[in-house]
Amino acid sequence: MSYCSKDGRTTISLEVDGKRVKAAVSPRLLLSDFLRGPCAAKGVHVGCEHGVCGACTVRVDGQAVRACLMLAIQTDGSRVETVKVLGIADAMHPLQERFQARHALQCGFCTPGILISAQTYLREHPAPTRRDIEELLSGHLCRCTGYTPIVDAILDAAELERR
Amino acid sequence: MEASRASETATVLPLTAPNPARRTWVGAATLRAEDPALLTGEGRFIDDLSPFPSEHHAAILRSPYAHARITRLDVKPALALEGVTAVITGADVSAACKPFPVGIETRPVFYPCAIDRVRYMGEPVAVVVAEDRYIAEDALELIDVGYDPLAPVVEIEDALHADSLPLHEAVGSNVVHDRSFAYGDVDGAFANAEEFVEAKFVFPKYASTPIETYGVIAHYQRAADTYVVHANFHGPFILHSLMAQALQIPSNRLRIVVPPDIGGSYGIKSAVYPYIVLIALASKIAGVPVRWIEDRIEHLCASSSSTDRVTWARAAVLKDGTILGLHLDQVDNTGAYVRAPEPACLYRMHGTVTGAYRIPAVAIRNRLVSTNKLPTGLNRGYGGQEQYFTLERLVALVAKRLGLDVIEVVRRNLLRKEEFPYHAPAGSVYDSGDYHAALEHALELADYPALMAGRESARAEGRLVGIGIGCIVEPSGSNMGYISIALPKDLRDRSLPKSGCTEAATIAIDPLGAVTVRLSTTPQGQGHRTVAAQIVAQELGLEPKQVEVLAELDTQTSAWSIASGSYSSRFAPVAAVAIRNAARKVAYKLKAIAAHQFGVAFEDVDLVEGAARSADGTHVTSLKRIAGAAHWNPSSLPDGMEPGIYETAYYSIGLLRPPDDDDRVDSSAVYGFVVDLALVEVDSRTGRVDVKQYVTVHDSGTVLNPMIVDGQIRGGFAHGLGGALFEEIAYDENGTLRSGTLADYPIPTASELPTIVIGHVDVPSPFTPLGAKGVGEGNAMSVPVVIANAVADALGANEVRLPLVPHRVWEMLQPNAVEAR
Repeated sequence: MSYCSKDGRTTISLEVDGKRVKAAVSPRLLLSDFLRGPCAAKGVHVGCEHGVCGACTVRVDGQAVRACLMLAIQTDGSRVETVKVLGIADAMHPLQERFQARHALQCGFCTPGILISAQTYLREHPAPTRRDIEELLSGHLCRCTGYTPIVDAILDAAELERR
Repeated sequence: MEASRASETATVLPLTAPNPARRTWVGAATLRAEDPALLTGEGRFIDDLSPFPSEHHAAILRSPYAHARITRLDVKPALALEGVTAVITGADVSAACKPFPVGIETRPVFYPCAIDRVRYMGEPVAVVVAEDRYIAEDALELIDVGYDPLAPVVEIEDALHADSLPLHEAVGSNVVHDRSFAYGDVDGAFANAEEFVEAKFVFPKYASTPIETYGVIAHYQRAADTYVVHANFHGPFILHSLMAQALQIPSNRLRIVVPPDIGGSYGIKSAVYPYIVLIALASKIAGVPVRWIEDRIEHLCASSSSTDRVTWARAAVLKDGTILGLHLDQVDNTGAYVRAPEPACLYRMHGTVTGAYRIPAVAIRNRLVSTNKLPTGLNRGYGGQEQYFTLERLVALVAKRLGLDVIEVVRRNLLRKEEFPYHAPAGSVYDSGDYHAALEHALELADYPALMAGRESARAEGRLVGIGIGCIVEPSGSNMGYISIALPKDLRDRSLPKSGCTEAATIAIDPLGAVTVRLSTTPQGQGHRTVAAQIVAQELGLEPKQVEVLAELDTQTSAWSIASGSYSSRFAPVAAVAIRNAARKVAYKLKAIAAHQFGVAFEDVDLVEGAARSADGTHVTSLKRIAGAAHWNPSSLPDGMEPGIYETAYYSIGLLRPPDDDDRVDSSAVYGFVVDLALVEVDSRTGRVDVKQYVTVHDSGTVLNPMIVDGQIRGGFAHGLGGALFEEIAYDENGTLRSGTLADYPIPTASELPTIVIGHVDVPSPFTPLGAKGVGEGNAMSVPVVIANAVADALGANEVRLPLVPHRVWEMLQPNAVEAR
């Protein structure tokens, strides 16, 4: 698959989920397309491409960002983390475990972005209130769950991490 | 057989799965098999798949006009762009394709792409196929299109005017369908009435937009003359027949493969099917496999939505609140085309039109209009929210007119449990229920007397507080025959009668004894794999984790039928039974082999904890060995038994018939029930509606997995509240879309959705072996009108128009406000 062959390419090197990546990319290539395409990070989901739904949220140098609102070339020299960094199926992160226990996902399309946001937030806010989590989630759209179980799962995970 | 329980929402659930020794998996809150992959970024959604090598990418040019003639279309500059493979236009489509079949007699012509006229903003005009999506989008800008704008028709009542410009010249009118029905002694009901309550109800157009958009990956394989298409399409698979007819190919040359994961749909993705045809043609013309992933802007202007409806309704009542009869004059707007399964929006609730009440007589006039708006289709609740908006507002207005408490009017008319099975006048046969017990449970959970007292004291302080109620029948498992009621009997009689709600499932046991189940229910998050494993584990004496369930549907290799797919809440009442029946076939074979090997009677063998056992306990052989005999050593099988273990079961509820000669139809397989109570407060300064309390009590029959059932209820509530307070696919007077981004189309977020209280009064269905009823759509049907009733109560208003966005409510609050802005 060619990406943006029309434009002159720029070589970038970065770290994606702990692996070094070096690639020649078009200046206009979105980070979301770069991650899903050449990096095969299929856990980055694209829902709106205008920064509202939050499904494509990833971490760039420790900050949660919308991968659809960034260009790949902006991540040259950065450390990019997707949902892959949380845990794997037989060794899930407490957030992932609580999402399953609370039935906080149904179709699962919005879930990876929410997990990244929640993990990033809890690092700096270990004892959030329910209202805090609702605020945090205002940057994410979920159409399946009605959010209540998601809020519960994140509060559970915060409590487990504090123990 | 009744069970009553209130869900817990505050306590931390245990992390461990239920006791693995228990055999009754059905009904357990088993953790979902789907979750580990979805939580770790290993879901397999349509855009994650690469089924074909050397694929190209499509982008679609769309009309900027609501209504215009195409006067010029020059694609040469686009074709000249490096990296562009092909450009497909309406001329290619009309040359290769027939219009899709349409289920009404006027048959407005519908192709997957505009031919010479555009009829809604966003309608496809051309498809570019290029090496990548970026180049394809660049090329769209190079296509030169000339448009000659035509007068747009936007609102339902505009379309009813004889002088509105017909969208479909061959039809000659924007009223494309008009049928009248009468059930029971309607004239007698109105002659005996002591009061009449009459009102006009307007229900908006909105869309339960999924977060994953449409996706199609098509490959025309020339040697086989076959289209292989991967798409996040979830049925109904009757639409496969329509696609094959449009493509003019034998239906076994259209192979549709549905990915294991679909990122939500709520009905909306059913309408990806015209794009399946369009991208399939693009693949044939371009000579390469083609991937098209819809973007969000395309989705909001050109995917699908619910119908908007205007109803003029009249109720004949007695002074004690008894409803004797109804007159309903309903007009649905299916947008620019009547895209199948429309006009089903008007008919899904047809047999159920009298809802949860004993209303013996009803007259209905159903019309459909065409306007220059996005075509409509399945949307969670489909037809129910429109129907109950009329019926439950009407009940509230009856109570207000008669000076009665609305609960009293509800109680007077609500069906009693001894009336089941209840034959509703328009044809539905309600299987079971205890509606009064559910109502009492809701009143108890809400502490209704305290709610009333709270409202009075708030009002005494000058606050705008209101209570809303709704009692709705939740149909599930659509009867495929109901749509044909759109045709008059003489036209119906010319084609094959249709009925039933058939679903299939296949179960195989391999040579090492491992069990695999194949579904045709195309789930989009409802946990079908989990529940199927529970059912099969219970039947075969296994644990759910030993049962592998595949959700991929492949029309060439799966067992499926016209009703297959995921819509009309059909998993619990129908598909779950097909799964159970397939498991029983497998269990029968395993027991027969074991009985033969043990030398005991068939009845003396049981399947327990992964083994076949004789009743006296002297023989125990693992399932692996029993099943293995069918593969490794057929000579050891009972005489006449086929080797291998691979069983398919098809199931439909036998009671479902085609419409009868008097236009009665039992439109669904089974009927659940929902009672909702809401307390809202309106901010008089801003018009903001705050939902202070929401109680919902459900009858979903036998609960297969209570965790998943309550998840479906919360999801349905979120969709209902979105429709009640926020969402509208809005157009200006020129037919220009005003809600074209997710910033302009406000989907509720965590801050806007209250935590709800869920209760159950579950009465198993006697019509299906498992007793389960559908559950995911009830609140999508009930919440819009319950919130409307609560806001009407808070403001003392008779007319309420959804969505109740702050500016609309604020305008209602102004002195001299014109009602129903």
